[in-house]
Amino acid sequence: MPPLSLKGLHKRYGAAEVVAGLDLEVEPGTCHGLLGPNGAGKTTTLRLALGLIDADAGEVSLLGHPMPREASRARQRVGVVPQADNLDPDFTVRENLQVYGRYFGLTTQQIEARLPALLEFAGLAGRAESKIQALSGGMKRRLAIARALVNDPELVFLDEPTTGLDPQARHLIWQGLRKLAARGKTLLLTTHFMEEAERLCDRVTILDRGRVIAEGPPRELIRLHVEPHVVEIHGEGLDAWRDSLAERHCRRCERVGETLFCYTDAPQALVAELDGIASLSYLHRPANLEDVFLKLTGRDLRD
Amino acid sequence: MLRLGFVPVWRRNFLVWKKLAIPSLLGNLADPMLYMLGLGYGLGRLLPDVAGVPYLNFLAAGTVCYSVMNSATFETLYSAFSRMHVQKTWDAILNTPLGLGDVMLGELAFAVSKSLLSGLAILAVIWALGLYESFALTLGLLPVILLTGFCFAGLGLVINALSPNYDFFLYYFTLAITPMVLLGGVFYPVTELPLWLKGVADWLPLTHAVALARPLVLGQLPEAVPFHAGVLLAYGLAGYRLALALTRRRLLR
Repeated sequence: MPPLSLKGLHKRYGAAEVVAGLDLEVEPGTCHGLLGPNGAGKTTTLRLALGLIDADAGEVSLLGHPMPREASRARQRVGVVPQADNLDPDFTVRENLQVYGRYFGLTTQQIEARLPALLEFAGLAGRAESKIQALSGGMKRRLAIARALVNDPELVFLDEPTTGLDPQARHLIWQGLRKLAARGKTLLLTTHFMEEAERLCDRVTILDRGRVIAEGPPRELIRLHVEPHVVEIHGEGLDAWRDSLAERHCRRCERVGETLFCYTDAPQALVAELDGIASLSYLHRPANLEDVFLKLTGRDLRD
Repeated sequence: MLRLGFVPVWRRNFLVWKKLAIPSLLGNLADPMLYMLGLGYGLGRLLPDVAGVPYLNFLAAGTVCYSVMNSATFETLYSAFSRMHVQKTWDAILNTPLGLGDVMLGELAFAVSKSLLSGLAILAVIWALGLYESFALTLGLLPVILLTGFCFAGLGLVINALSPNYDFFLYYFTLAITPMVLLGGVFYPVTELPLWLKGVADWLPLTHAVALARPLVLGQLPEAVPFHAGVLLAYGLAGYRLALALTRRRLLR
C-alpha cells in the first residue's frame, strides 16, 4: 500500500482552481519530489494530503487512512517540516522537542529517551539548552527536521526544506535527508531547486496549474524531455550566427535574453565551430532537470 | 467523549508563562489593584457609604470581575494572536494529531487559568484587608471568577479570529471593554444609571458578573443566580463556538 495516494483531487479558491484533477502516488521508502512554479499548487497539495483542508472532489489516503476523516490517526505517524520556521521562540532546543512530542501523546520519559539521537541527527548535540534565537538559520531548519522526527514517523513531509539557506547549510540538510531515506523513511518534499530534486529524489512530480505535467525518476525525465547536451552561447553577432548556422547544429534553440540555449544530441561539431568564433563565448554542459522544468512550465515569471 | 488533546496545548502555554511569571503577574495585578486601592481610598474618603458599605469594600467585587475580564481578554487577544498569527505556533500544532478544536480549547482553558489567577490575587487582597463580611460567602467568588473568565475568553477568541493585526484590538477595547468597565457596575451600582443606559448595561456580560460577585463580598447571597450565570455561560459558549468556526475559516481553508 502506498504511504500516500491522491486520486482525482480538486481544490478551488473562488475562481481559481488551485488543484485541478491531481493524481499522485508515493512509493514506500522513496524520496519523492513535488516540483512546480509558484502557484502550481504544491503547498495546497501538501495541506490536502495532511487533511488540513477539505478537497472539493477526489480522494486522499495517507498511510492507509482516508483523509480528512482519519486525519488525527494518520498524522500520528507523519512528520511535517513546514516552509516557514515555526519553532517556539520562547523555548530552548530541548523544550521545543519536548513540547512538540507531547502533541503526539508521548510522555516526557519517551521524549527524553529519543532526545540524544534527535540532537545528534540535527547536529545540535551539546546545544540542548540553547535558545532558539541563538541558532543560525541552518540550525533552526535542522531542528525543525528533528522536531518532525520526534514521533518516529513513517512518512515525512518537507515543504521547501532548504529555501533561504547558504550552500554549506544546504549540503548538511541534504546529508540528513539521505540518512533518513537510508533508514527507510518515505520523504515527500517540495522544492524550487532542481539541483536538490535531482540529487535527492528517486522520483519527481512536476506540477503546473494544479495538474501533473510530468512524473518519473529525474534522469528518465531528462532523457525523455530534453536532448542530452546543452550549449549556452552569448556574445557579439549571436543573432547572425543563429540565423545562418544554428539549425545545422541544434535540434532545438531557445533565445532567453542575451543567451541562446542550444539543445543537441551531438555537440562536438557545434563546439568545434564555436571555438573558431572569437566574438561568441559558450558553456557546454549536460542537460539537467532545470532544462526539463523550464521546457515544460515555460520561462514566464510566475508571481 | 472528552478529548484531552487540549492538555499539551495548555501545558505549552504554561511552560512559557512559567518563564515570565513575575513580570506577567505584575502586569496582570498591578493595574486592577491600583484602581481598587487608589479609587477606594482616595475617592472613598470623599464619598458617603455606597450601598451601605465603605466605597473600598463596594469597589472590591467590581475589581475582581474587572481584573478577570482584563486577564482573559489580554490572553485571548494579544497572546493568542501572537501564537496564531505571528509565531505560527498553531500551524505547527495542527501538523500533529491535534486539531483546531484541541488548540482552541487549550487556549480557552489557559486564558481561564490566567484569569483565575488574576481573580484570586484580588481576592487575596480582599481577605488581607478584611474587605468582606463572610469568609464562606467569598469562596462563592471562585465559580464566579471561572465563569467570568470563560465568558471573556470565549468572546476574546472571536476578536482574535477576526483580527488582521494588533491594532484591530483597539476597536474591541473602545467599543466593548471600556463601556463594560464604565457601565457594568464596577465603580457604582448600575441602578444609579438612567433607565435607557441601564438598558444598555443589562446586555453587557460584565454587569452580570458584578451582580453575582458584589453580594458575595458584601455578605449576601446573590439574587437570580441562574439568570446571571446563564448569561455569562451563554456569551462564553456562543463566543467559543463562533470563534471556532471563524478560526477554521481563517486557518484551514
